[in-house]
Amino acid sequence: MNGGDLLALGPLIALGLTAVVVMLAAAFCRNHRLAVALTLAGLTAAGVALVCAWPLTPRQVTPLLLIDRPALFYTGLMLAAALVVTLLSHGYLEQQPIGRREEYYVLVLTTTLGAGVLAASAHFASFFLGLELLSVSLFALVAYPRTNPLCIEAGIKYLVLAGTSSAFLLFGVGLVYAALGTLDFARLAAAAAGGAAPGLLILAGVSLTLVGIGFKLSLVPFHLWAPDVYQGAPAPVAALVATVSKGAVFALLLRYVGQLPVSQHAALFTMFTVLAIASMFIGNWLALLQQNVKRLLAYSSIAHMGYLLVALLAGGRWAPAAVAVYLTAYFVTTLGAFGVVAVLSPRGRDADAPEDILGLAWRRPWLAGVFTLMLLSLAGIPLTAGFVGKFFVLAAGVNSNLWLLAAALAVNSAIGLFYYLRLIVLLFRQPAPAPAATPPLPRLAAAALGALTLALLWLGVYPAPFLQLIRMLMPD
Amino acid sequence: MTILGVPILSLITFFPLLGMLLILCLPAARIGAIKWTANIVTAIEFLLTLALLGGFQATASGMQFMEQRNWFLNIQYLMGIDGISLLLILLTSLLTFIATLSSWSAIKDRLKEYYAFLLLLEVGMVGVFVSLDLVLFYVFWEVMLVPMYFLIGIWGGERKLYAAIKFFLYTLFGSVLMLVDILVLYHHYGHTNLLTMISSGSRLAGTVQLWVFAAFFVGFAIKVPMFPFHTWLPDAHVEAPTAGSVLLAGVLLKMGTYGFVRFSLPLFPEASYAFMPVIMVLALIAIVYGALVSLMQKDMKKLIAYSSVSHMGFVVLGIFAMTPLALKGAILQMVNHGISTGALFLIVGIVYERRHTRLIAEYGGLSARMPVYAAVFLIMTLSSIGLPGLNGFIGEFMILMGTFPVSWLWTAIASTGIILGAAYMLWLYQRVMFGKLDNPANQSLADLNLRELCTFLPLIVMAVWIGLYPKPFLTILDKPVENIVRLVHPEYYNIPLQKPPTAVAPSHGAAAGHEVK
Repeated sequence: MNGGDLLALGPLIALGLTAVVVMLAAAFCRNHRLAVALTLAGLTAAGVALVCAWPLTPRQVTPLLLIDRPALFYTGLMLAAALVVTLLSHGYLEQQPIGRREEYYVLVLTTTLGAGVLAASAHFASFFLGLELLSVSLFALVAYPRTNPLCIEAGIKYLVLAGTSSAFLLFGVGLVYAALGTLDFARLAAAAAGGAAPGLLILAGVSLTLVGIGFKLSLVPFHLWAPDVYQGAPAPVAALVATVSKGAVFALLLRYVGQLPVSQHAALFTMFTVLAIASMFIGNWLALLQQNVKRLLAYSSIAHMGYLLVALLAGGRWAPAAVAVYLTAYFVTTLGAFGVVAVLSPRGRDADAPEDILGLAWRRPWLAGVFTLMLLSLAGIPLTAGFVGKFFVLAAGVNSNLWLLAAALAVNSAIGLFYYLRLIVLLFRQPAPAPAATPPLPRLAAAALGALTLALLWLGVYPAPFLQLIRMLMPD
Repeated sequence: MTILGVPILSLITFFPLLGMLLILCLPAARIGAIKWTANIVTAIEFLLTLALLGGFQATASGMQFMEQRNWFLNIQYLMGIDGISLLLILLTSLLTFIATLSSWSAIKDRLKEYYAFLLLLEVGMVGVFVSLDLVLFYVFWEVMLVPMYFLIGIWGGERKLYAAIKFFLYTLFGSVLMLVDILVLYHHYGHTNLLTMISSGSRLAGTVQLWVFAAFFVGFAIKVPMFPFHTWLPDAHVEAPTAGSVLLAGVLLKMGTYGFVRFSLPLFPEASYAFMPVIMVLALIAIVYGALVSLMQKDMKKLIAYSSVSHMGFVVLGIFAMTPLALKGAILQMVNHGISTGALFLIVGIVYERRHTRLIAEYGGLSARMPVYAAVFLIMTLSSIGLPGLNGFIGEFMILMGTFPVSWLWTAIASTGIILGAAYMLWLYQRVMFGKLDNPANQSLADLNLRELCTFLPLIVMAVWIGLYPKPFLTILDKPVENIVRLVHPEYYNIPLQKPPTAVAPSHGAAAGHEVK
């Protein structure tokens, strides 16, 4: 390993170092503000390191990690998401009856580190390490408010189900290794492309690894944990689960599947198509039946992962761009939606009941406006980021003649709109006789929400500069 | 043409947005300032659209006032207008001004948000008519839904939420289909510039064209609304506040038929021909069914809403007859319908504001108390049923004349719609205005005040003008209509003008152009 390798790993190293620094700082001087400041500084440093690493791409650092432009792009996206979550968490944790707040940020940093490793991994070993780093940090984060039984329940559910899915994943990796004698994605792809059809052992192995991935992405039928965990987890952590965790796994999936000839392999293609369509329809259908805001967002995120699979299946030149655009839009929107829930949350619980947002537009017009924009973006209404994402995914699908999937996506965006509109209706209804007192808006969270709203509108109205960046991700 | 350095089409599209931002900056308590700002902004907007007439060349063939910039990918910020868009833009800005003025005393709570949404709606409406890039068009088309949804959902009647969600879902379902279509076209042409698509001469291949046409058709037909996609309309109209109804009937419905004219016919000429019989039958059902249902209504707004279904059926009939005369008549009829139905909704709004009911049975003998109102109502009723000398006659007559050479049977069936139209409108007028003034609640009704009269005057002037001297309106339609007919029905111009009527075999349906490849 030489200097160039270290520079390429800069963002990951910066994240790891910051985690240690925040932990040590908490050991010597417990101070919530200090922890937040150090975390923000560390995330910013990682961002700077990322810019420095950009010219070195693509670079294979050890057999485990491939630092290329998509890896750096997704790491950057994750860093930004972690930054927003940190900003949101400060006010949220101040509000909640939680004894020690500093370690929370260590866990946020290690989650992001795991996500970064996943985005850059080119090998099953780094894949598994990244995934576990991500998962273990998230178990602790979900259950962080220890006095709240709902959080503990969600944490245990997540732990048990994630453990099971990891076992599937490991078994799948084992089968692939038994067949090929390698854990390298590239060699797996070469083996799959070289021979006629991949043997049964490889197919079984790959399918089992997809169970693990499907669990993390909460694709139907591996989605059962999502609503409970989203509801139980503190709102900023739920945002982290919805964005960083899913985004990282999707970035990995893009690389992993991008190497496999999915479109030529009927069995894999059918499997992905079924997963995508089931996720869209069942996710949206369950969301229709849902009243609780966080559970509703959980189900809607299941559907959104189904939409993303369409882009992935489309393959070709469009797929990486479509996934990148859609994920960015999804990040902005989901963080914003959970952010609003976080800043509305009173002491001791999250503001996820319908009554909490009833008539919000007449009590807190700006906050309601932000929430409305986020929901419209989730529904893919033009001039929001969500529309540009939907446009790209549909374009990718149409480009590859995936008519069934494109039609399913079209129908589902109409279904999806229905429950987003129902939430918007709640926001604008006449307020209840005695509106519940909402906590004052924390300054950091306000800044985060403002930035997210600007990003949402900027991506929606004038996406050209952002698309320039995306173009650099596409294979030349 | 630019004003203060801003290209005129961008200016007229986004000027209301400035007004909206201005209103959002005003404190909610300053009701007077908010009302005045909204009214002044929409008035200036109307004057700006009138300024278009100054630079518009009535006899030029192509698009005018073009603006072109790259947006993202190969999608362009492309604007331009021809005679068809010009008429609809003028209609939009006039009706928005009138709708704003009519809200002065009708809307009592959350004024700031109300006027902000109204202005945002105008941005979307004007944007739809000036866009010549499919994605840009789609963006305005969808964005417009949001303010309309809020106008119905917040300031509507008792079942406002049901109506608002139904409105949004129906239109969104149609427009998502359209988005898939636009992407198919994007895939085929590599861009979404409508003009280049048409001029390139390349068309989608057979079956694909049929599918894409069908999906576009559903998207537009929901908006028109055509039978059987019309069920959202009565709900939306009944629950919407008066200004919402005026704009919904006057402008939003026209977007569907505008879509047929601007996109369906030129982009999918073969498919348009193939689907012509189906569409004609649907249009005829809409005409007769809408009129019959109108006869049965007890609620005035519902009656006018169903009459819109019938009238818009005429417009669709004229468009898909694909003769220049019928097409010109259809476009003129879009404007006529905007004027007369917009006015009728205002008329209902006037008594609703005073009595808070729209049931016909609650009224009777109003002409004794409200003579000016009675006169205005009468003029608009006659305009709506197509009395010669008023605007409705010209449009309907041209549509029927233009459809006759295509099929006498269709023309005959459509004519019954006019008779039924006279029946339900005159019966409505009779029940509301004549008879004994026996309901005590109606004894003290006030006649129109000056502001209310002002909302009607421009519409009456337009109705009479188009009725007596439609030539200026038809002149600017000549070229665009000819361009469309040449694309979709090129044989039309090869037929000798003095052909004896028997030679055009009427029962063969689509006449000469039937053999288009």
